[in-house]
Amino acid sequence: MLKQLLPFAKKYKLPAIMSPLCIVFEVLIEVTIPLLMSVIVDCGISGQPLSSKDSFIADILIKLGFAEKAGTDLILATGGLMLGLACISLLCGASAAYFASKAGMGFGAELRKSLFEKVLGFSFSNVDKFSTGSLITRMTTDIGMIQMAFMMALRMLIRSPLMFVMAISMAFSINKKLSLVFICIAPIMFTLILLIGSAAHKRFTKMFKKYDQFNNSIQENLIAARVVKAFVRAKHEKDKFRISNDELRDASIFAEKLIILNGPIMSVSIYACILLVLWIGAKLILGGSMYIGDLMSFITYIQQIFMSLMIVSMIFVMSVMAKASLNRISEILSEKPHISDDNADSTASVKDGSIEFKNVSFKYSKDAENNVLKNINLSINSGETIGILGGTGSAKTSLVQLIPRLYDVTEGQVLVGGRDVKDYSLSNLRESVSMVLQTNLLFSGTIEENLRWGDESATMDELRAAAKIAQADDFVMSFPDGYQTDLGQGGVNVSGGQKQRLCIARAILKKPKVLILDDSTSAVDTATDGKIREGLKNLLPQTTKIIIAQRINSIQHADKIVVLDDGKIDDIGTHEELLSRNEIYKEVYISQQESKMEQ
Amino acid sequence: MPPKGTPLKGNNSPGNKMKFGRPQNTGKTVARLLSYVAKSKGLLAIVVLMVIISAGANIAGTAMLSPIVDEIGVLLSSGSQDMSKLIGFLTVLLIVYLCGIAAQYGQSRIMLNISQKTLNLLRKDLFEHLQDLPIKYFDTHNHGELMSRFTNDVDTVREAISQGLIQTISSLISIIGIFLMMLYISPALTCLIIIMLFVMLAVIKFIGKRSSNYFRKQQSAVGQLNGYIEELIEGLKVVKVFCREGKTNNEFAVINEDFRKSATKAHTFASILMPIMGNISYFNFTLTAAVGAYIILTLTEPSGALGFFTGGIKGALTIGSLASFLQYTRQFSNPIAQVSQQMNNILVALAGAERIFEVIDAEHEEDDGYVTLVNAKVDENGNIEEVNERTGVWAWKHPHSADGSVTYTLLKGDVRFHDVTFSYDGKKNVLKNVSLYAKPGQKIAFVGSTGAGKTTITNLINRFYDVQEGKITYDGINIKKIKKDDLRRSLAMVLQDTHLFTGTVEDNIRYGKLDATHEEIVEAANVANAHSFISRLPEGYNTMLTGDGANLSQGQRQLISIARAAVANPPVLILDEATSSIDTRTERLIEKGTDKLMEGRTVFVIAHRLSTVRNSNAIMVLENGEIIEKGDHETLLEQKGKYYKLYTGQFELS
Repeated sequence: MLKQLLPFAKKYKLPAIMSPLCIVFEVLIEVTIPLLMSVIVDCGISGQPLSSKDSFIADILIKLGFAEKAGTDLILATGGLMLGLACISLLCGASAAYFASKAGMGFGAELRKSLFEKVLGFSFSNVDKFSTGSLITRMTTDIGMIQMAFMMALRMLIRSPLMFVMAISMAFSINKKLSLVFICIAPIMFTLILLIGSAAHKRFTKMFKKYDQFNNSIQENLIAARVVKAFVRAKHEKDKFRISNDELRDASIFAEKLIILNGPIMSVSIYACILLVLWIGAKLILGGSMYIGDLMSFITYIQQIFMSLMIVSMIFVMSVMAKASLNRISEILSEKPHISDDNADSTASVKDGSIEFKNVSFKYSKDAENNVLKNINLSINSGETIGILGGTGSAKTSLVQLIPRLYDVTEGQVLVGGRDVKDYSLSNLRESVSMVLQTNLLFSGTIEENLRWGDESATMDELRAAAKIAQADDFVMSFPDGYQTDLGQGGVNVSGGQKQRLCIARAILKKPKVLILDDSTSAVDTATDGKIREGLKNLLPQTTKIIIAQRINSIQHADKIVVLDDGKIDDIGTHEELLSRNEIYKEVYISQQESKMEQ
Repeated sequence: MPPKGTPLKGNNSPGNKMKFGRPQNTGKTVARLLSYVAKSKGLLAIVVLMVIISAGANIAGTAMLSPIVDEIGVLLSSGSQDMSKLIGFLTVLLIVYLCGIAAQYGQSRIMLNISQKTLNLLRKDLFEHLQDLPIKYFDTHNHGELMSRFTNDVDTVREAISQGLIQTISSLISIIGIFLMMLYISPALTCLIIIMLFVMLAVIKFIGKRSSNYFRKQQSAVGQLNGYIEELIEGLKVVKVFCREGKTNNEFAVINEDFRKSATKAHTFASILMPIMGNISYFNFTLTAAVGAYIILTLTEPSGALGFFTGGIKGALTIGSLASFLQYTRQFSNPIAQVSQQMNNILVALAGAERIFEVIDAEHEEDDGYVTLVNAKVDENGNIEEVNERTGVWAWKHPHSADGSVTYTLLKGDVRFHDVTFSYDGKKNVLKNVSLYAKPGQKIAFVGSTGAGKTTITNLINRFYDVQEGKITYDGINIKKIKKDDLRRSLAMVLQDTHLFTGTVEDNIRYGKLDATHEEIVEAANVANAHSFISRLPEGYNTMLTGDGANLSQGQRQLISIARAAVANPPVLILDEATSSIDTRTERLIEKGTDKLMEGRTVFVIAHRLSTVRNSNAIMVLENGEIIEKGDHETLLEQKGKYYKLYTGQFELS
């Protein structure tokens, strides 16, 4: 899984390497400075000769000619050196912070970019599998988690182990026997913290799940405020909330009470070490095998060692936490788009708008028991207008979605322009087959920008011509800003019917060979609906038009009307033919026209 | 027009936008937040005590090291084998350590309970208050924004309470302790440290200001980024249909890059503080060492004030005490950096708390109604009597304050509007002089374009909003006199947006009547013509629904919400675009069901599709807040007015 992520760090390789490098220097200086400090205290203030010091830094100072200096001179000289080093360390520390941020955020950005690109490549069935909500959380929250973990790792994963090694070796150089104290206690502490971490991880996962449910139910409550009030259920909702609120509190305490053990465990270890070191150290000193001055330095190292151990173990725990996010992202990265261009002939372009369904059966997932579409055979000539009618759940949408290859057939074949849809590249196919989806969406931006989704290079005249066919030009021009009207926040909220007409205009602008309207005029009044149909017929005679509608008016003038029932074609014919022979069609017609006939 | 309209997805993510704002009224917010924490006053006092003990133990532990080392030195030079004093020291140290550890664990364990309890209370107050807010509040506030009170804002408060409180107190204690020790050793050198302290504070202020500035920028960039992701992923299918993958990718890359740049800066500044503070402490060290050594070397025999100033109570600065002083200068910078970081967290948390309190302070839905709905029984003389058990007969109980008498009126469902004028914003009248009556057993329909005032009428009937002029009566009683809960209990509403809850199908229907039996639920589902599809679901009535109802079609969700209203078995039913996504055949079946259910009762229907309203007793055509035509289907067609034009398709409803 980590291998999958490594390529994203590539672009920011330099800062990713520079950051730990700077940290190495910072740590080296950080370890050296206390030695200089002891020179200042022991030689500068107490007046011991420099040569009595045993550290490598004292040797260097002697070579620098510091041995001749004494008192304030020595302090100032050594202090100057120390400040110089401190400046370098500051520089290193600041650069490390910069490089780590750059690498971490860069890595996050690269990952997000690829993930977004990957998701854009998904076919409809991939999207259905993950659901939009979960795709969004993966691209926001999960990436955030990983980005933070990566940055932490850059800054701490080198620093802490290095500190640990340096401090341990310093301690060893002072006294090997005394160092055995760490060797015994440190692993115990490390294991304990890891154990706590993994136990806490399980409890935290549970808590986060509770938290998710908790948030979900609040959100539902807020959205449904009208329902809650209308049914006078405030008390019921409060009771429900109290339970989940208390559960959340208990789950949080249950999880966090483990984590707070870390502090005391760390203190116990450090204090135990100090006490042991003082006791054993005293005996060693009295036995003559250790100098008294070393005892204090030894104790300083104890704290450094445990601090870095603590951080290393915390990184472990955090990486376990980040692993859940990593898994979720990895799932997307390794998902293969279900529909691809692989077998397509990239030069093939759709020559006309004829469509043929040959023995088509279809189901949304392989595991589904029943086919949604069963044995569909249908042939449509280029330029024809086709109406599709059927009740809720009769698979009208499923049928037309196969034409621009939003889904692949399970059995049989769909032909457009005389060739299997799989022969065309997706962009060539969808360039020629334009579909207005049931859930039509406009994006933030101006009306013009939205319409240009159909054709980036269209002239303003072409744009308005398309809008005129969709009966959108009039109302757009009635806005003060016309086509420049912003549809985003604070802009004009267009009504449902207006939105549908803009979506139709957007699809027409593509000048497609096949135009599919999936219940796209449900909020448009019958008169306007009629004008749109008229316009399509007269101005786009070459385009095959497929119209799904619940209103008979919208389709009764079609060349052919397909009646779908439970995934099967019940009948095909003109309005008159169907009215005379098809039960379903007749019933729908009567339910809509009853009073007209009475008159 | 609050409830209708189809707003487009915007680019703003309201929760993020304000996270780094500053609190407006700090003192008041602090006091109020503390009043929540103060619910655990006793425990809190214990925590503070424990923090003092553990911080004190820490300082004492460090301070005890030098006498121990000295004792070893004494033992070494005297050559004595009497370790008893050393053992005594070590035992004291052990006790100090044990106290410290116990206090450390105790404080964090108790604090965990306090902070969780506080958050629990805060969330409870917030939620319960939200339930009591008027609909107007929800109409004028984005639910995403309200949601972020529960998530972002409560989170910031959590961080400040659970960590900030303890850390700030213990850091402050450390600072004071160290400061006192330094003062004890040498007031002169301490002055030097105070000067350095101001330098440190200046650095903290400089960096903190930039850091929070960049964080604000980062927050706005992240809002934009997440907004784009949300909008495009939600519209992903449209992107695919229009082959816009390439262009979308490019747009995303630009926004992504923007975010990367501001995030890099924000994080750099945030993490730069620690190395700077650490290195300043080296500077302190050198400076103090040099000055200290100078004092020792030049003032060999200081006396009086000068001696006290330089050497503290001991009267002279010694080599040993300078060494300890130097130790303290190293320990000084850490707690200061920590306090500064905590202050930042606390400010952010206060801003969050302020937004939470803003909601809690929003005005309650007022209810001065005194007429209540009671179970009733009618005896043979036609007298109405109040009873406790459920009789299926309801009456309005109307106490008269003048003479203390009580009258009962049978609940029938007679709703009348008398010259009602209403405006949401006090400027534009949404309804103008509307008068209408609905007798029990009648079906009244409203048609008209968006903004014509159809939904407003239902908003007024159940008092989501109150009329400004004119009045509405219910069974002859002004609805302003009726207790809101009782009024609403007598009405059932079905809305276009179904708003189902996470839970089983049965739970969702039961929402209409919490004590409904399974049989009642099946019966209601039958009325809504939902029974057949529910039975075909994998687990029937026990099928789990999710909030966004991904597993059902919009039409099926509407059927369930109709069943939910049917199970309430109300005298008045309001259907507000309740069948918009249901095909016309099914709609007719539902109509038959509800007609049977509502026999002798009142139904209000709002619809876009004229086939839905055709069978009503009276159809009101609304335009610009006025009823321009009324009558039944046939009369309206004969009038050849607006309704006729609508019906024949010469006119569009927008």
